[in-house]
Amino acid sequence: MIEAIRERKSLQFLLLLAIFFLMYFFIPQNESNWLWRLPPLFKTLPTLINDSVNFVMFDWWPIQVYDPEIEEYEDKPLFGQITRAFSSVILFLIEFIREIILGGVKTIVTFTSWDWATENKWARWPALPWTVVTGGMAILAYALSGIRLAIFVMFAFIYIAVFGQWEPSMKTLSFVLVAAPVAILIGLFFGVWAYKSKTVETIINPLLNIAQIVPHFSYLIPVMVFFGIGDHAGAIATVIFATPPMVRLTLLGLKKVSPEVAEAGLMAGCTNRQLLYKVLIPSARRDILIGVNQVIMQCLAMVVIASLIGAKGLGNDLLIALNRLRIGQALEIGICIVLIAIVLDRLSLAWADKQKDYFADLSFKERHKYSLMFLVVFVIGIIVAVIGSFIFKEGFNYLNLIPHNKGITTANFWQSGVDWIWDTFFYSLKGFNEWFITSVLVPTKLAFLGMPVIATFTLLMGVGYIVGGIRSALIVGCFLLFIALTEWWDRALITSYLMTMAVLISGSIGIIVGTICAQHPASSRFILTVCDTFQTFPSFIYLIPVMMLFGVTDTSVLIAIVVYSTIPATRYTVEGLRSVPESLHDAGSMSGVNRFQRWISIELPMSFPHMALGINQTVVFALSMVIIGAMIGTDDLGQLILKSLSDKEGVGNGLILGFCVACIGLAVDQILRTWANQRKKALGLA
Amino acid sequence: MSSKVKTSTSENPVIRCESVYKIFGDNAASMMKSSGGDVDAAKFEAAGCIVGVNNASFEVYSGELLIIMGLSGSGKSTLLRCISRLTKSTAGKIFIEGEEITSLSNKKLIKLRRSKMGMVFQSFALLPHKTVLENIAFPLQVKGISTDESMQRAKEMIDLVSLTGRENYFPRELSGGQQQRVGIARSLAIEPDIWFLDEPFSALDPLIRKEMQDEFLRLQNSLNKTILFVTHDFDEALRLADRIAIMKDGIIEQLDTPANIVLNPATEYVRKFTEEVPREKVLKIESIMDAYTEGADMSDLRISKDSIIGSVAESVLNTNRPVAVVDESDKIVGMIQRSNIINTLFGNGHSE
Repeated sequence: MIEAIRERKSLQFLLLLAIFFLMYFFIPQNESNWLWRLPPLFKTLPTLINDSVNFVMFDWWPIQVYDPEIEEYEDKPLFGQITRAFSSVILFLIEFIREIILGGVKTIVTFTSWDWATENKWARWPALPWTVVTGGMAILAYALSGIRLAIFVMFAFIYIAVFGQWEPSMKTLSFVLVAAPVAILIGLFFGVWAYKSKTVETIINPLLNIAQIVPHFSYLIPVMVFFGIGDHAGAIATVIFATPPMVRLTLLGLKKVSPEVAEAGLMAGCTNRQLLYKVLIPSARRDILIGVNQVIMQCLAMVVIASLIGAKGLGNDLLIALNRLRIGQALEIGICIVLIAIVLDRLSLAWADKQKDYFADLSFKERHKYSLMFLVVFVIGIIVAVIGSFIFKEGFNYLNLIPHNKGITTANFWQSGVDWIWDTFFYSLKGFNEWFITSVLVPTKLAFLGMPVIATFTLLMGVGYIVGGIRSALIVGCFLLFIALTEWWDRALITSYLMTMAVLISGSIGIIVGTICAQHPASSRFILTVCDTFQTFPSFIYLIPVMMLFGVTDTSVLIAIVVYSTIPATRYTVEGLRSVPESLHDAGSMSGVNRFQRWISIELPMSFPHMALGINQTVVFALSMVIIGAMIGTDDLGQLILKSLSDKEGVGNGLILGFCVACIGLAVDQILRTWANQRKKALGLA
Repeated sequence: MSSKVKTSTSENPVIRCESVYKIFGDNAASMMKSSGGDVDAAKFEAAGCIVGVNNASFEVYSGELLIIMGLSGSGKSTLLRCISRLTKSTAGKIFIEGEEITSLSNKKLIKLRRSKMGMVFQSFALLPHKTVLENIAFPLQVKGISTDESMQRAKEMIDLVSLTGRENYFPRELSGGQQQRVGIARSLAIEPDIWFLDEPFSALDPLIRKEMQDEFLRLQNSLNKTILFVTHDFDEALRLADRIAIMKDGIIEQLDTPANIVLNPATEYVRKFTEEVPREKVLKIESIMDAYTEGADMSDLRISKDSIIGSVAESVLNTNRPVAVVDESDKIVGMIQRSNIINTLFGNGHSE
């Protein structure tokens, strides 16, 4: 009997489940019972963090700073001064780009003073007419890629202008144009450093793992404390969030460079610096570019979240529109964000793919073709704007700048559409919604909450043990223990319940859709493109249509999570199935399998490890959405993180809560990844 | 006097290795020290070290083509990399034109590579983001030569390796053979004295390999570089080499001319390699010719004593009179008859 259990993993799982349910039903639900809930020993941890943050910010290492207002030297803490200097540099860059497009006075003020600027009314940077910006971007796209991208960019910008979203869009754009390059440079730096030093790599790797799973909200609170509120704080939070993928992909790319290429560089007589800039980084550019692309996507995904700590632009408007349930308006703003994301994405890809024409003998006119084109656009745009000022004597000069929300809008159309759906399907939707909540969601939630802590530990550590031995069990146990010792175990259970539900649904949808689409190369390509496109959308966008249908309920949150996290499940399924070698298909066919048998006995086992990694990604996606769902209103960890944002002493709470979410993700990650790697090794895929 | 100076310089080897060791592993250096110069591979492996090169000593002279031959894992590439300083040897001394290079500073090493060394790699190792022209100009550009001049030079190199017209192709758009031509052109761009080739033709199809070997011989005839060439292909070694060093488990088993290696294998391992080698592909006419008999009825044909038997066999077989064998100064040193050739081709050559 014991031999059999030792031999067969399925028996081990059954035994584990049996123990789990025994514990589940026989341990009394008593607050003083440690088997039911552990005492919150880490309760003081948030306060401790708060105190140390306050100390560093306000008391540590005072230095003498001259204050021009009171004309005296003052004691100020060093750290605060550093963060302030940093903030003002970032803020200046954002304002600078913003004012080139939208006009303004702050850049001039930076070099003079407010008094001087108020006295000299003429010293004001004029806004560029939107036609010039649109034309300029189109020319840039033409120069980098070609006429097709140029037309797309032009339509995107015209859409933004005509729908009256010009100002917030340009604000968002200026914010992204600062955050993305900074994130890219920092990411490159750390990626290269990790490549050069094994020590740095071992330090950085777990940090990257955590950073990717800690919800975005948790970053906001410390950023807010250290850097205050405003565009710069939003940009800094965005940079923190967008850098990890860049580091990871830079490192990955550099590692993939063949050692012979590096040797060829050395033998050509490269110095270390030349080797890095001329050989290694360019050779790794495919992966580095994917990193750049990821950074841009992350930046736009953060647009809405960054607006919580004062970033101006589309994110802020979207948040307001969602809060007021103005679905039509939210939709239009959402489209603007998506358009900007796609435009930047395509432009960056085109820029990187652009090949230098080394030897073409060009005339002056050809060499400066694009500058000349821009000059023409610039002049025409100005002339048109001047003409416009005669046409639109009263009110706004639409040929110069279409003011916010003064463009055409289809909001009413969408709103009436929502109303129509609401009126027509009210009872069926409501019926479904109520049924779903009362008979699926609530019971599951209660089942999760009714789990004794010891049962949860046994189940997850047991799975860890069966999959990866004592090491995995201990790692999983540590992550769980951390959550169990905070005072938020119940909240974490609710988060896990939402996550589990979502992962179950998205996983099934993803695997089914992925399998169907993977049957043909054409449909695989199609579904991968769809996945790419959907991933471009900031996660907030998914809330819009769902809220149209289901209002502010758990169902909405769940559906939004499912829509978002189905993407990786589908993608990895398709990739996994497509990567099964053709020769195996042939071998199967020659053994006389039919299509279904082939799927069951060849393709599925071969691609299962890769699918498991997809499920892992699904978990990460779902967790990030669970937190965003908090904005609609759930009562899990996300809700508490959201609350600590507006709490004066929220740093500690926010960080610990964020870390709790990360722990859930990391525990799942540990189990799935260990399993997938083992399987890959067993199948000879690794 | 002047002739004496000349002989002494020609006796100065371009590359000289003195008891070079390369041992991989964390405690390689301490293990090496305690062994006192007597490296036992099994003992080192037990301690977690891997012996790459074990006590290699040899010299390469100006204009010579030395081939390092061995199967995978024999340490041949490691030895090459020790000499090009891509890896640092664990012990021993390596001299390039009299300069000890194992202790060279990074700066001096870079200078040495920029002026004297070129290397060709098995996987071509072209920079994927650069065109053919840019790849070839790369060593010149990192050296700091102006764009105009380096492009000019790169163009000459392209003509040299017959890739004219493909200047603006990217490596991915070329066939394997063409890519290696770019690799060769790149390694020659700075006009190095010493040319390292690490299995340059191993990744190519047999037909292309043959073509590239011919091309390589053509280049070497006109350039006359000092060459260290690594291969696992014994036929290739025999075809190209002035001398061959056969390596096994990091040790040089034998270093000699192709003919001597085939005729007098030093170890059992070398003998196994040479067993199947057809004599006529290695031996020179010199080794089978008869003494010249004055006044014999000679054919009009004359062949050099250094020509490989296989290359002249057909013409000798086509005449029914003895053929004169001459040396470099066209002096008759012997003669050869059909029977000599037939004996070599079909006779029991192995018993020699």
